[in-house]
Amino acid sequence: MNARADRSPSERVVVTGMGWVTPLGHDLETVWSALMRGASGMAPITRFDARTFPTTFAAEVKNFDVTPLLQDPASHRNAGINSQFALGAASQAWRQAELATKSPRNPRRVGIYLGAGEGVIDTPNYLSANLRAWNAETGKTDGVRWAKIGHELMNAAREIEQEPNMPLAHIAKEFGARGPAYNCLTACAASTQAIGEASSILRGGEADVMIAGGAHTMIHVLGVTGFNRLTALSTSTGDPSKASCPFDLGRGGFVMGEGAGMVILETLEHAQSRGAKPLAELIGFGSSADSYRITDIEPTGRGAAAAMLQALAQAGIDPHGRRSDGRPLVDYISAHGTGTKENDSIETLAVKRVFGDLAKEIPMSSVKSMLGHLIAAAGAVEFITCVMAIHRGMLPPTINYTTPDPQCDLDYVANTPRAAKVQTCLSNSFGFGGQNDTVCVTAFDE
Amino acid sequence: MGYPAPPMSTRAESAQSKRRVIITGNGPVSGFGVGMEPLWKGLCAGESAIRPITSFDPSGFISTAAAMVTPEQLDIRTIVPKNYRKATKVMARDIEIAVAAAASAVHSARLTTRGTAEGVTPTIAPQRVGCHIGAGLIPADSDELASAMLSCRDAQGGFDPGEWGRTGMANLTPLWLLKYLPNMLACHVTIIHDCQGPSNTLTCAEASGGLSIGESMRVIRRGDADACLSGGAESKVNYMGLLRQTFAHRLAPVPTGADGCAAVRPFDDAAQGTVLGEGGGILITEAFESAHARGAHAIAELVGFAARQCSCIDTVGVDLCGADEDIACAIEAALHDGAVRADEIDAIVPFGSGIPNVDAAEAKALRAIFGDRTSTIPLITLAPQIGICGAGTSALSVSVAAQCLLMQQLPARLSTVSSAQLQVDAVARSSRHHALGTILVTTTGMGGQSVALVLRRMT
Repeated sequence: MNARADRSPSERVVVTGMGWVTPLGHDLETVWSALMRGASGMAPITRFDARTFPTTFAAEVKNFDVTPLLQDPASHRNAGINSQFALGAASQAWRQAELATKSPRNPRRVGIYLGAGEGVIDTPNYLSANLRAWNAETGKTDGVRWAKIGHELMNAAREIEQEPNMPLAHIAKEFGARGPAYNCLTACAASTQAIGEASSILRGGEADVMIAGGAHTMIHVLGVTGFNRLTALSTSTGDPSKASCPFDLGRGGFVMGEGAGMVILETLEHAQSRGAKPLAELIGFGSSADSYRITDIEPTGRGAAAAMLQALAQAGIDPHGRRSDGRPLVDYISAHGTGTKENDSIETLAVKRVFGDLAKEIPMSSVKSMLGHLIAAAGAVEFITCVMAIHRGMLPPTINYTTPDPQCDLDYVANTPRAAKVQTCLSNSFGFGGQNDTVCVTAFDE
Repeated sequence: MGYPAPPMSTRAESAQSKRRVIITGNGPVSGFGVGMEPLWKGLCAGESAIRPITSFDPSGFISTAAAMVTPEQLDIRTIVPKNYRKATKVMARDIEIAVAAAASAVHSARLTTRGTAEGVTPTIAPQRVGCHIGAGLIPADSDELASAMLSCRDAQGGFDPGEWGRTGMANLTPLWLLKYLPNMLACHVTIIHDCQGPSNTLTCAEASGGLSIGESMRVIRRGDADACLSGGAESKVNYMGLLRQTFAHRLAPVPTGADGCAAVRPFDDAAQGTVLGEGGGILITEAFESAHARGAHAIAELVGFAARQCSCIDTVGVDLCGADEDIACAIEAALHDGAVRADEIDAIVPFGSGIPNVDAAEAKALRAIFGDRTSTIPLITLAPQIGICGAGTSALSVSVAAQCLLMQQLPARLSTVSSAQLQVDAVARSSRHHALGTILVTTTGMGGQSVALVLRRMT
């Protein structure tokens, strides 16, 4: 990979459009102003009756209807909720990039790389089929009975929509994209990885434009069950809006969110050729594996640090360097910052491992304190917050920060947004199971 | 079709500027067993691993046969290092297959890793080893879920979420979710073999394995790793897998007692659908120069790769009618990536599922690229022997293509009686020696992601 300074316009990757569907709104401005107010998207779960569950609240997307955003609603009438989120976010991004009017050169050079999660299980029917097919005498499921009940209760569209490549298929249909197409699912790191690999595809000359991002919801019976059993979710019984408190001493797990984030990435050469306005430039991407344990994060932060260092190296940024005015070369880190004991202290350690003494001078916040954890979609949404921070000169806060943790001793932009000159940001995402991804984005400068 | 190809001189330059990627280890898992030896023996002998499903009573489903990996063939506890045996309790079937394939690939490449010898210096520095493994949607084990829910029935015998929240969910093991996350295939493999480089999990149905190998090529070419464990694995031989494939009209009818192998007839005039298999493949993909420096045995070179999204009339890519242009575009781009001319292709491993609309789109795409030669290029159709193995499918295709190049031999083909309508070389015949320099692998999965790879013989 060429160092950043040597890159030609066909090797430079710019962001020309962004969109998101989140628990705090469904368009760039609404969500950004909510983040600037330090608002919280958490409330009691409405998708199912969770009153007896260890966790009874989440950050749900509210009042979202994708239909008005679609060019061709009929093609998406069976879209599952995650595909709807994906279409909503991608439509905004496509519009901002003016791709409808300033068309791409060739639809076969418009690709898609998503980190979208699986669709929502047809819970009542699926669970009923399993229950009713149980044979008490053998203590096993009766296969013949299961097949009969399964065919009766479940339906084709709903089942096919659960395949993780369906948001990708819907987006391809809506925008006529026929270039390289991928969906990855590396748990909570997925959409950061998607954005990173999409940039690699553009640099390699395999496409001119990539629609990249993620969509996910796990706010359903088995999703909440799975994370409750892992004791990864906050089980706070107090005010749900206070439950997500990354980096705080009292943090007790993450809060589930849902939604989608999508960006349009393209080569600078292609953006210029169609007269599109670059919003920012993606200059670095790093990916690593902890190779430690499926349940725990590598305790020294080795894997997380490796992803950050690789992204910085690709960006041509010395983590220990300073600008002529003395500021560090990185102005802001969008933390993975889930609010679990382990993640936040190890991420802090990893940032210190990368930046050394400079770490304390680099503000790092977690919008998961406000939006919850959008799982596979989290990285894309957080990438967009970085670009917004660059444009607005404002850093989103980590809300609910009241009691410092000696193990988390960096600047977390506590509770209120902060005005700052923001040129270059890192966005971190670390998946359950140890897949780590970091992207580096900077203000666009010809 | 597509965008105009650059002139040959540019092609050669673009190919030269990329790091070369070769295959140095080959670890397939199929209904014939773990490793290349049983697979190659079965393929060449013209045997089929498709049998009646025995792990449950399948008689309520349209298809009662599959190519399954038996417990005798794959005992996961004997495959993982001793200190990792406890973790096998949280491995779904798909994860077991991937872990077994990885062990076989590492063994085949004669690599030393943490998984082969704890405490010994690994052959390749862990930071330089990546891992890309395609995976499917893994359904929860029905027995496990149902037995946890028994106390949570409402008055009608249906599911009562209130009781589930109070008492039922505690019946599930705390790590329950981790058995079923698709990225756990790669996570277990990276932990066992200490791969600390870039790692990804691609979930694009049957294209996943090929896309993962392509992603490894991209990662190695850009210099972020020197070697990768690359491939995919899946088993859809379970209730939800069979039901979803039935809903997608992909399965050939195989009533109880019928011959499953004969039911899957790739490119046949009377094809009716496919039969499922359990399996996958992991390859060791490696930068040519570092592999050469360590004296690695080169099995084949991966010279070209491309991916495309098909335009799908039904949005979801179950019906691929009209997708031939995009499949052809992927093939054309892979040939271009490898600076290979269409007339250099000596054999093709197609998806060849026996699903009529998919076979037709694939055959039409081949004709667009290869013209009249299409009817004489040997197709290597694996479905009648090992079934269609979900996310493992295209990884197994690459695995077999590499072996064909190494052995200069075509495996036997089964089942197809006449391919007069689609005019491809797919009719059943026995294995034979054949000069093979370059092989094309192509797969288009449900959802419309199409992948093409070009492999070349190492000389």
